[in-house]
Amino acid sequence: MNIVVVVRQVPDLIEPLEIAESGTSLDFDEVSFLVNETDDHALEQALLLKEAGGGTVTVVALDCGEVDDTLYTAAAKGADKIVKIPVEDELRPPAPPAAAALFAEAVKGLQADLVLVGSSAHDELEGMLAPLLALKLQLPYVGVIRGVRAGDGSVTAFKEFPGAVMAKMNVKLPAVLGILAADQPPRYVPVSRIKAATKSTEFEEVEVAAAAAPGVTVQRMYHPAAGERAEMLEGSEEEVAAKIAEILVEKGILK
Amino acid sequence: MSAQDILVVAETNQDAPADITFELLGGARELAGATGGQVVAVLLGSDGVKHAAALSAADRILVIDDPQLAAFSPDAYVAVLEHVISAEGPRAVLVGCTTIGYDVAPTLAAKLNAPVVNGCKAVAVEGDALKVTCGLCGGKILADVAVAGSPAILMTLPGSFRPSEAAGQAQVETKASPVPLQPGAVTFEQMIMPEAGDVDIMQQDVLVAIGRGIQQEGNIEMAQELAETLGGELAASRPIVDQGWLPTTRQVGKSGMIVKPKLYLALGISGAPEHQEGMSGSDVIIAVNTDPSAPIFDVAHYGVEMDLLDLVEPLVEAINAKKG
Ligand SMILES: Cc1cc2nc3c(=O)[nH]c(=O)nc-3n(C[C@H](O)[C@H](O)[C@H](O)COP(=O)(O)OP(=O)(O)OC[C@H]3O[C@@H](n4cnc5c(N)ncnc54)[C@H](O)[C@@H]3O)c2cc1C
Repeated sequence: MNIVVVVRQVPDLIEPLEIAESGTSLDFDEVSFLVNETDDHALEQALLLKEAGGGTVTVVALDCGEVDDTLYTAAAKGADKIVKIPVEDELRPPAPPAAAALFAEAVKGLQADLVLVGSSAHDELEGMLAPLLALKLQLPYVGVIRGVRAGDGSVTAFKEFPGAVMAKMNVKLPAVLGILAADQPPRYVPVSRIKAATKSTEFEEVEVAAAAAPGVTVQRMYHPAAGERAEMLEGSEEEVAAKIAEILVEKGILK
Repeated sequence: MSAQDILVVAETNQDAPADITFELLGGARELAGATGGQVVAVLLGSDGVKHAAALSAADRILVIDDPQLAAFSPDAYVAVLEHVISAEGPRAVLVGCTTIGYDVAPTLAAKLNAPVVNGCKAVAVEGDALKVTCGLCGGKILADVAVAGSPAILMTLPGSFRPSEAAGQAQVETKASPVPLQPGAVTFEQMIMPEAGDVDIMQQDVLVAIGRGIQQEGNIEMAQELAETLGGELAASRPIVDQGWLPTTRQVGKSGMIVKPKLYLALGISGAPEHQEGMSGSDVIIAVNTDPSAPIFDVAHYGVEMDLLDLVEPLVEAINAKKG
């Protein structure tokens, strides 16, 4: 099975997020990027499927948001081929419709049986990449998937519903799946293997043209007002612990 | 049917309309007040009629009844909704940020060549456009977005609007699918329920919930001790369950359980919207996090900016002292 994995970089939420002077976007000069968590799960799912049933794993990414380390890591984990798509602005990831158009052009030539992409990303405002990519590729789509098993000309995908309930879905190939979580957590690769991959991996580059989305303009981007926030408990560990115990007694939780 | 109407894509959970549906009806009612249109609820299914009455906060309820809609199928849902929305021509369509909404809304917007925004928390009419406030980056950033053009497809975060269950004079219209439906490339086989046998975290008075801030599986033991000291149970955010450190039955949030304990003690949980969805209704929420800007502090009643690994032990001692 030829599996294509679409990988994006997103702002790291652990670092402070600054707003640009324009007031309408993040300050991408200050953003530190990391791989979108669900895309990382999509890669893991692809590697698990390859290990179980053979085939190839091709990773496709836009050349923006400091993607190289992510791609070398993917190579070190076992991706067979890496395709990078040059984009105009290497700092600012394109919105989902534009990203879908770019990825679709690149993926078209790869004869994929299965395209795996993270089900969502925390910076998706104008729609979502995964279903839009499927539409551009004219392939069937189902997302919010936690686990995939290969079958004959089809796969079984487990789609999450609330309450830890899953729907078992049969998906005829070729298809696009939006992965929320792989069957196993993404594997760890030692830094030495990533370093080795940095030396031995060559990226293929595919140039494609982009498109715009209709009707959506960001007027203002900002941090939520610190309005009704929690009452912060201050002091040493022991003092805070004593305050919490006091609150629990007051609220009748601790009797 | 008018170009000022607000359409709500209704969803059901097993045997009743989902909570999000009542919230969308509440949001749609406010918005329709501003546009001067009606609220139209659309429900897809094979026994939708039986849920229609519960949606009477709408002005009109369209039930699309077809055996092919008995279980969720992305293709069938998109095909039917594309047809219904084209025919109705509403100003806006409210869809939940749910497992169904995620699969349907972006595609629907692209097919209708309509604008779509994800993470909608509030919406108002501003001139010819809609002004939509969206949450992104795990709840750390808000964006005010002008959405021009109709119908605006608004993917709405759970918890954004006050639910409306008000009984109206809604008129129920049941129709067969307006487009022929055949089994597509994606077919539903069966629902798999969570394994029975574990404690039901929805029935607990006290939950000690751990997130990625717990860092290592080995640290779970101390959280467990804290839970026992409080007479409660352990719950978790999604990454802990994805790691296989706790079973899915312990997951709180969008794809896990909705809990409302007397005490929810969140240790090392950032408070992403998908997590808040499952716990914001708790009586008392205490959050411990090293990041003062973590969104969990927006929903918590009490917050502690501290390394949880330093706090848990003294806390166990302080509680034991009180119990004395
Ligand atoms: C469709 C969908 C469904 C989802 N369903 C769910 C769901 O049901 N439940 C759910 O929880 N999530 C769900 N998510 C995932 C959600 O978006 C978040 O990714 C997740 O909740 C983050 O978990 P976390 O807070 O444990 O981890 P993180 O966001 O990584 O946060 C860890 C936090 O720990 C803090 N921290 C680190 N070290 C320490 C320390 N030593 N002491 C104190 N604090 C520390 C950090 O400051 C940070 O705030 C879903 C996502 C999607 C897209």
